[in-house]
Amino acid sequence: MNVHYHSYDAVIVGAGGAGLRAALETAGKVRTAVITKLYPTRSHTGAAQGGMCAALSNVEEDYWEWHAFDTVKGGDYLGDQDAIDIMCREAIDAVIDLEHFGLPFSRTPEGRIDQRRFGGHTRNHGEAPVRRACYAADRTGHMILQTLYQQCVAADVNFFNEFQVFDVLFDGEGASRRAAGVVAYELATGDLHVFASKGVLFATGGYGRIFQITSNAHTLTGDGPGVLFHRGIPLEDIEFFQFHPTGIYGIGILLTEGARGEGGILRNGLGERFMERVAPTVKDLAPRDMVARAIHAEIKEGRGAGPDKDYVYLDLTHLPPEQIDAKLPDISGFVRTYLGLEPKTDPIPIQPTAHYAMGGIPTNVHGEVVIDGNNTVLPGLYAAGECACVSVHGANRLGTNSLLDINVFGRRGGRAMVEYVQGVDHPDLPRSVVDPTRERIDMMMNSTGSEKVGAIRGELQVAMMRDASVVRTGESLQEALRVIHELRDRYEKVTIDDKGSVFNYDLTEALELGSLLDIAEVLVLGADARKESRGAHWRDDFPTRDDANWMKHTLAYRDESGAITLDYKPVVQGRYEPMERKY
Amino acid sequence: MTTTVQPAEEIALIKEVDVHLTIKRFNPETDVRPHWREYDLKLKSSDTVLNALIAVKSTIDGTLSFRRSCAHGVCGSDAMMINGENRLGCVNLISTIGTDLVIEPVRGLPVIKDLVVDMEPFFAQYRSVLPYLIANDDPGYKERYQSPEERARFDDTTKCILCGACSTSCPVYWANGTYIGPAAIVNAHRFIFDSRDQAKTERLDILNQKSGVWRCRTSFNCTEACPRGIKVTEAIEEVKRAILYDRS
Repeated sequence: MNVHYHSYDAVIVGAGGAGLRAALETAGKVRTAVITKLYPTRSHTGAAQGGMCAALSNVEEDYWEWHAFDTVKGGDYLGDQDAIDIMCREAIDAVIDLEHFGLPFSRTPEGRIDQRRFGGHTRNHGEAPVRRACYAADRTGHMILQTLYQQCVAADVNFFNEFQVFDVLFDGEGASRRAAGVVAYELATGDLHVFASKGVLFATGGYGRIFQITSNAHTLTGDGPGVLFHRGIPLEDIEFFQFHPTGIYGIGILLTEGARGEGGILRNGLGERFMERVAPTVKDLAPRDMVARAIHAEIKEGRGAGPDKDYVYLDLTHLPPEQIDAKLPDISGFVRTYLGLEPKTDPIPIQPTAHYAMGGIPTNVHGEVVIDGNNTVLPGLYAAGECACVSVHGANRLGTNSLLDINVFGRRGGRAMVEYVQGVDHPDLPRSVVDPTRERIDMMMNSTGSEKVGAIRGELQVAMMRDASVVRTGESLQEALRVIHELRDRYEKVTIDDKGSVFNYDLTEALELGSLLDIAEVLVLGADARKESRGAHWRDDFPTRDDANWMKHTLAYRDESGAITLDYKPVVQGRYEPMERKY
Repeated sequence: MTTTVQPAEEIALIKEVDVHLTIKRFNPETDVRPHWREYDLKLKSSDTVLNALIAVKSTIDGTLSFRRSCAHGVCGSDAMMINGENRLGCVNLISTIGTDLVIEPVRGLPVIKDLVVDMEPFFAQYRSVLPYLIANDDPGYKERYQSPEERARFDDTTKCILCGACSTSCPVYWANGTYIGPAAIVNAHRFIFDSRDQAKTERLDILNQKSGVWRCRTSFNCTEACPRGIKVTEAIEEVKRAILYDRS
């Protein structure tokens, strides 16, 4: 196995929205390498549809403080209010930045950026839905990804495409540890590359592939959190995983909340608009966790649709056809392609789909990774976007706030990294830093076991969906844990067919599966320990929020032996006192 | 009060089907030239061609290599030739495309392994058209204004996902190593007709070169291949007309 050596000031791992946005801050200022296991434009930011919220007040009165309130409440009071304030305040600037970068937003008749309604976003602290989401038809994420990539091309950003990072490097020991680079595997050759670097920013996205029904790409396997977890960095709030209410039935492909923002309605098998009962004020535009649970309840109580009564409908049939064509063209195409239905005349079968990780690598508001309950910074290490947990989304992310998060904290992380790397020396790395990765790969290549990656991954996804998704109990979580432990044992005996060195996805999928198993276990342990219901974490055996005992972030640590322990840290409070969450 | 409407009809029945795949394989470490391999498997009629490839990889032969990511037609990873036409594997269902599938890598780009081709020449062509907004005025702290009509002018070409299906379906692109290809022209079009952009002339100059739009022979293969439904040939024609009539 050939090993190549590179030296940079800054390395960014992942080239979705957060990674590209960070790269725009570092490019031209410090020597930067952006490493992605895909091509940048394949990243899953491109699949985001509905919009990016910012209180621009282009179409109606709005203030960033209202946005912050909605985000705090939407997150069921687990979000850190200092970070939420920053995100909602800087949202306005972040949208304007994107417009200046060339993003083709949908426009108002006056030529300003148009805005539409989105779940959980309200006027004056919950009075009524507000038009806050800036959008480009139903392909806002695509436009953001393309626009940021275009700007990276203009800035001549140095990309290493189809390089997959399998290890993070540190200089020093214990408390004096600082980031020193990464080890990446080049898909085209099978060579290893050591990137020595003063700063490392992880922006690897989510890990929805731990679940069977998901809106996430095949590639969303928690690579960044997985790598860092193995190097003793804790993971925060992993038990909070968002299920988007409207995934295409049976497949999980996302149908934007913007469809309901445009007036779409959820109906059960009897044709009833059930959200009127659940959230009388905002109805179908309640936050995602509430809508997903409401759908779950309709199905469980026998009011689902279809032969097995296991889905409900997203009904757009009352919308003017030209509005569907103009505002929701892509999702209409998905419905035609995958279900053979016409959204203008047919209600669309949907079910909740695993969508977004609120938890991740703990960071502060500068994107710096923090490694304990005292928020101690690990110098030189950064994270941004879905793989990170600032925490701005708390226990449940509001729609559009992910596109906002990647832009605000991608930019912040990039800037902070530039400032840091300009003040420190290059790390010294021995040649042996590559050994752990080489050994892992060699072991997988030479394995002779009988277990297959696809089978283990499939069983994990089924178990997580059944036992650790929209609704959980202590019993179901214990069952999930049992399955994960069994699959872990089988993973030790996993073998791959491809022994070659050119585009060996058999190998990379096998290594990704290790991260999926790790993260699934952290999720289940955190969920089992958390004896309350908050946001996306719902326990049928503890169906209320317990602020006295549980208004705190989970931190999961892995020790050298692989044992996982849980710790907690307080939520940063602010001007919004916790209150009952009604819509 | 809960409002009620008539429930919808059931979604189409999903059947189990026998699928026969013929895949053009090539491993640069062991093969001198590409060769065909056949696979039989049971799938659901609602499965996509990508699902079929994943099934082959996970249950029959893990050495099969192909790119994939989003699996619903927005990331552009899995352009391939299916029964002679360029398509994305993930947006074509067995129920519509059939159970006898011949799958090859796209043409016009070097094959690295199996369905994986070298995308670098494609992205180099993309980069050559200045595919980013160039606007030197200072808009201040506010957005630039753009009317819905101005925005609509280039809407079609903003949909491009850089999958390469168009360029690699073009006979001129196959035959002529210097033709910039439809995808690069689409991405130039996206800025040439954006009212905010100020580098129209530079881009038209680039596309007026020998490698540019005049290589296009209007075969419409690109338009047929585009999984996003972009009117690619029309975009190329609009650029040609802009070069002839609008260049300042």
